[in-house]
Amino acid sequence: MTRLVVGPFNRVEGDLEVHLEIAEGKVTLARVNAPLYRGFERMLEGRDPRDALTITPRICGICSISQSVAAARALGAAMGVAPTPEGARVAALIHAIENAADHVAHFNLFFMPDFTRPGYARRGWHARAVDRFTAIEGSAQREAVAARAALMHVLGQLAGKWPHTLAVQPGGVTRAPGPAEKMRILASLRGFRRYLEKVVFGAPVEDFVALGAESALMRWGKGDAGLFLEIAADLDLAAMGRGAGRYLAFGAYPLATGPAFPAGVWEKTGGPRALDPAGIREDLAYSWMMGAASHPSTGQTLPDEDMRGPAYSWCKAPRLEGQPMEVGAIARQVIAGHPLARDLARQGGVLARVAGRLLELARTQILMERLATDIDTSARFMAAPVAVPDAGSGAGLVEAARGALGHWLTIRKGVIANYQIVAPTTWNFSPRDAAGVPGPLEAALLGAQVWPDEPTPLSVQHIVRSFDPCMVCTVH
Amino acid sequence: MNILWLQASGCGGCTMSLLCAEAPGAFEALEAAGLRFLWHPALSLATGAEVRAILRRIDSGEVALDVLCVEGAIARGPRGSGRFQMLSGVGVSMLDAVRRLAPLAGHVVAVGSCAAFGGMTSAGGNPSDAVGLHYEGAHPGGVLPPEFRGRAGLGVINIAGCPTHPGWVTETLMLLAAGALTAEGLDRLGRPRFYADHLVHHGCPKNEYYEYKASARAPGEIGCMMEHMGCIGTQAVGDCNIRPWNGGGSCTSAGYACINCTAPEFEEPRHPYTETPKVGGIPVGLPSDMPKAWFMALASLSKAATPDRIRKNAIADRIEVPPTLRTPKR
Repeated sequence: MTRLVVGPFNRVEGDLEVHLEIAEGKVTLARVNAPLYRGFERMLEGRDPRDALTITPRICGICSISQSVAAARALGAAMGVAPTPEGARVAALIHAIENAADHVAHFNLFFMPDFTRPGYARRGWHARAVDRFTAIEGSAQREAVAARAALMHVLGQLAGKWPHTLAVQPGGVTRAPGPAEKMRILASLRGFRRYLEKVVFGAPVEDFVALGAESALMRWGKGDAGLFLEIAADLDLAAMGRGAGRYLAFGAYPLATGPAFPAGVWEKTGGPRALDPAGIREDLAYSWMMGAASHPSTGQTLPDEDMRGPAYSWCKAPRLEGQPMEVGAIARQVIAGHPLARDLARQGGVLARVAGRLLELARTQILMERLATDIDTSARFMAAPVAVPDAGSGAGLVEAARGALGHWLTIRKGVIANYQIVAPTTWNFSPRDAAGVPGPLEAALLGAQVWPDEPTPLSVQHIVRSFDPCMVCTVH
Repeated sequence: MNILWLQASGCGGCTMSLLCAEAPGAFEALEAAGLRFLWHPALSLATGAEVRAILRRIDSGEVALDVLCVEGAIARGPRGSGRFQMLSGVGVSMLDAVRRLAPLAGHVVAVGSCAAFGGMTSAGGNPSDAVGLHYEGAHPGGVLPPEFRGRAGLGVINIAGCPTHPGWVTETLMLLAAGALTAEGLDRLGRPRFYADHLVHHGCPKNEYYEYKASARAPGEIGCMMEHMGCIGTQAVGDCNIRPWNGGGSCTSAGYACINCTAPEFEEPRHPYTETPKVGGIPVGLPSDMPKAWFMALASLSKAATPDRIRKNAIADRIEVPPTLRTPKR
């Protein structure tokens, strides 16, 4: 048996270290360490509750708006305020743009460059991968960065800047777009559609959304998605890094008519069921955290400064009814009942996660266009102002690009008494729990192939990056 | 020129913002200026053992480091050990890594307010005892002592902002590559003067409301946000309204307060961010370089002179009263 420490682990957002035990060329044990602690939850204590809207987006520069939206929802719940219907629609559009931009960044900048490595030089697709996805220089990287920056113009208009906006408030959004601005937004979205259809999918996004099974997906053959699928078939990424088939979503883009992608739970063995957030516990057995396992509404963040074993991560271990859950685009699309996603979930490996993200990217383009088209520019975008109560509590459950994100807020004496955050990667990259059950990534790494003389095994990199981890959110 | 970029105790948002550079894009701008990354944690291919090898080559002097960019504050806790952020796979704290690498660099660049001053990472009692590279808040001396200079002779260049505007970063790096950034090009806090000599107020789309102190009272109203909504754009340095963000936005254009994110200690305003502190109904903070008596006199005069159009629009969520059209005389 050999041991391996993988780090610095890059092309993930934030700090990650993976400890592996390897026997006979396979990973037999994995421990995932988030080696950064900042203490955002503690920073919020004693402050005016509205300050959460300024502070929590700064947890993460890539999921910034997701944090904004979660904070606004938690604060709104405590205040008894909901956004106006048009405020909710524009907030959903702002949020969807961040998530779409993140999916594009993940695919092009974080995930695909691994296929340019010399270890794959003998593969038939390698030269094309090098041309498209060489870090910083590849043509696909350049096109993705340009398309993303152009899409962000919508955020310049509606949110002032990205990341770190204060435009999303409990009562709606701070800027009311006029009719001409709506046209500009639509023009930006059409530009992004052109990019997706010319470069990423090589065909109308509707065609990709219409795929109903993995077998049809694997015959796609167009755009950079086609190149990825060719690689995926060659390397059998479908079977690599398989998950447990337990998915969770808090529901994305709440509108007056309900969320665009629903909340729920889906298990390979039991199928879909409703989500009961009361069943969430954050376990601390292997976290450098003191205190007992608790629901986030009463949870605490008390770091163990001595970093004592057997704990090995600053990340807590959230569980739903005692079970680790996988979150992310594939989870959302499985729970939304998309037939391709349900088919991919049978294996639930690297292919499922990455293809699930592409599927969601295509669906999100259609969603963004619908949201923008439906904006009623004559309506109110902000509810009437309401004072922050002296005491109250609320939760904000949203979907970041990487999966379910929850904020739990308690107000006492007019200030924040407690604030707890459970981020998507807290679910996916959690350490073991008191029962010794590993987190989803730790489980997915079991059995990963390690070739001799691989100090940083490629399969491990594919599996880790397939989750699109955001470590800065994880450890806030 | 080569660049080693480290992400310390921060959110990664300054890199994300950098990727929003346009015409030219970030990669193109840096490439054209002869700047290349030895390693960037979000963008480079190298991972794990390959990165450790790059760090060893810098450490041994085999590779001369031209620019060390640090994004994020440096955690000193717990108890001065720096163990709240370990450089993964290396077994060394970010604190120790930065102390070792900074003297090897031609220039040390703090990207964002966290790396410059501690920033948001040091908010609220500073749970991780985080600090900037060259400053602890507004006080000289952070991880590096006040007398620290890079090999090329400059102190730490503080591209403060939360996040940084992509142009601030690309242009600072291009100035370095051209050998055109001198101590005179930096303000007293080490910020490049090309953006720090401006105020966020310059070019603010709410200027006409400001002139008459026609003020928004609640989120969503389009009046000036100085009097009630916590906006300190008249004191904050930055060219945010001269060269806007993401194709045309800014905080104030989107209807929320400037929170002075380019300044040390913006994370602790000592009042709710979006509420202007007042004494006897008068806002506490005055516009930069404005004598208080004059401000009071002008404000009361201009308030009294506020045209009806501006008074009405200031408390609406969109322009309700258009400017009166002048009819040319026949």
